[in-house]
Amino acid sequence: MELLLELFISFAAVGLVCVGGGYASMPLIQAEVIDKHGWLTLNEFIDIFTISQMTPGPIGINAATFVGSKVAGIPGSIAATTGFVFPSVIIVLSLGYLYYKYGNVGPIRGILNGLRPAVVALIASAGVNFILLAFWNKEKLPVDIGKTDMVAVLIFVLTWIALKKKVGTIKLLASSGVLGLILYMAVGMRP
Amino acid sequence: MSDLRDAEKKLEKAVFKEEFSYWKLFISTFMISAFTVGGGFVIIPLLKSKFVDEYGWMNENESLDLVSIAQSAPGLVAANASIIMGYRMGGFRGTAVALLATILPPLVTLTIISYCYDAFASNPYVRMFLKGMQCGVTAILVNVVLDLVLKQWKKKLVLPLLIMAGTFAASYFFKINIMYIILVDAVIGLFLMKESKYD
Repeated sequence: MELLLELFISFAAVGLVCVGGGYASMPLIQAEVIDKHGWLTLNEFIDIFTISQMTPGPIGINAATFVGSKVAGIPGSIAATTGFVFPSVIIVLSLGYLYYKYGNVGPIRGILNGLRPAVVALIASAGVNFILLAFWNKEKLPVDIGKTDMVAVLIFVLTWIALKKKVGTIKLLASSGVLGLILYMAVGMRP
Repeated sequence: MSDLRDAEKKLEKAVFKEEFSYWKLFISTFMISAFTVGGGFVIIPLLKSKFVDEYGWMNENESLDLVSIAQSAPGLVAANASIIMGYRMGGFRGTAVALLATILPPLVTLTIISYCYDAFASNPYVRMFLKGMQCGVTAILVNVVLDLVLKQWKKKLVLPLLIMAGTFAASYFFKINIMYIILVDAVIGLFLMKESKYD
């Protein structure tokens, strides 16, 4: 029960401060779930994030459900998901009220303008973590350049090129998965 | 003047092409959430085309305003959109129905997937596949970050760039609790960034 409450509160905190959709929620979820509570490893977290991209539905809800379910089964997934949307219900309905009453949403605009660049920075810091784990299998700096996983770098570059050619996300991720399977088998390495 | 026009637009009545029912609200939101890959920015246009163009439960301009509220409010864009559109179309009960329909499909799908994940993730071949996907998703994320940073950079405003650099340093190098960082950024925004150039 205590765990469910913690899940609910953690995700409510994320839902409260996450501005700008699914990607923005990732660093916040990471801070709560990995850094603060240690419910998941960075590896599991990135898997979740990847899978969330490929399954239907909003990415943030997908991630919350997955984390909740891994931590505390089905009740956990319900606690995490409802926690995530709980602050939104209150805030969005209040904004709707302001909108219908006054036609604008007042001081919250300044707050959101301050948060938008902050969110970019937070996603960037999650991006650094992703790179460290993908290329060096490490969660923190410093890294040994000599031990770079060249297969990972190759897949990264190929995905990047495909991305620039506007290949869809699912196709992109599925093919990078297949590529991983083939290349790691070919070089006989266990990631 | 423009305020007046906005007010007029809002008074435009929605012309119902189909009778409103909570069941229809539920099932159409549910289907959209269940089969749309790609998150909020893909889901919103679908909700709009369903409720505005097909059912006529809201008029065009109002729906755009509601979407911009959903996008600017904290939380998930898709959930926010269903909360506020649900409210507009069916009051608090509409909110409850639309929100439930939005979160139910991913709740079921992802719970199932998470059980499979536990069973398969330790298999070495599955690991190779997942590792490949990790590299792919890293490329996608880095691309998103570069786009966002470039967008901020092009605005050529000092304050957002300072916030960006400060927030990155505070979170990555100094490991300050994200909630505190966000609180500080929100206060800066509240007092210094109300002008429309920061939008």
